[in-house]
Amino acid sequence: MYYLQIAAGLALLISFIANREKTLKAVKISLKRFWAILPAFLSMLVLVSIVLFLIPDTLITEYLGSGGKLTGVIIASFLGSITMMPGFIAFPLCGVLLEKGVLYMVLSAFTTTLMMVGILTFPIEKAYFGPKVTILRNVLSFFVALIVAVMTGIFFGEIL
Amino acid sequence: MKPRNIIRTAGLSCYFIFIVLSFALGFSPGKAIGYNLFSFSLDMLKVLPCAFILIGLFEVWVKRETVEKHFGEEAGIKGYMWAVLLAGTIVGPLYVALPLAYSLHRKGARLAVIFTYIGASAICRIPMAIFEVSFLGLKFTAIRFLVSIPLVILSSKILGEYLAKGGYQISDGTQVTTE
Repeated sequence: MYYLQIAAGLALLISFIANREKTLKAVKISLKRFWAILPAFLSMLVLVSIVLFLIPDTLITEYLGSGGKLTGVIIASFLGSITMMPGFIAFPLCGVLLEKGVLYMVLSAFTTTLMMVGILTFPIEKAYFGPKVTILRNVLSFFVALIVAVMTGIFFGEIL
Repeated sequence: MKPRNIIRTAGLSCYFIFIVLSFALGFSPGKAIGYNLFSFSLDMLKVLPCAFILIGLFEVWVKRETVEKHFGEEAGIKGYMWAVLLAGTIVGPLYVALPLAYSLHRKGARLAVIFTYIGASAICRIPMAIFEVSFLGLKFTAIRFLVSIPLVILSSKILGEYLAKGGYQISDGTQVTTE
């Protein structure tokens, strides 16, 4: 559960024992980088808090369960792109939807765009990659997700 | 202050005033947004300091030659493999992968490999995949991995090589490189 915290703590300790000066320099770099990106993080948090209020989980469940094959995939990929949800919430939700008869390809479109396309993380990604590349990368990711969804549909015999 | 910073500060100020007023006056949508902000901030605070500590350590301890050898021009196809492995085993969400991408870039990793790393960190984190399998089945996850990884590598290669020609640089987060 806390493996990142443990790893960071151990690494810091070992580094400190090995070389104090280098470790101090590392901490300075950490603080500088963190400080630089903080405004972008704040923008993201504000965006996330508003969008998650406007699009609650119940609404997502409702929309994923409705519609045909094509509309289902389009709605799912749209929802996956604009929202943000940790895996430990998204996958159980998909498990429930699957039992309700929602197609694998719709769930694939939703989970893959959820992971790959980040409209809410735009402020942060933009700070590193610039707006043009961020948009380009996310559009490419969106198409990759669509292809994954279609292939899922083919292999599960849901299309053709 | 630059104009864009003024806009951002003004926007953030309005937002926080709205949240505080919502709690003071009992406006429930505003309170719900406030709770969302609080729980997400808490989640990020658990992860971010550790991630940035590791990035700082990476910067001082990992040699440029090591990064160039595994992630640079000379690495060839192996570079993509390392990127997927690194993404699958080490770091989590995009906002953690991005600062590391900048560090890799500074130390001589190829753009195509960095975009592969970013893409792969979204789709093939091993702990998440185990979770996915238990709810949607192995077949579902296997299809996703086998289809998406080659596509991520391909699209990253195209994007990376196209940008490398124009001398594109990843920013440290303080300024925007391409407008």
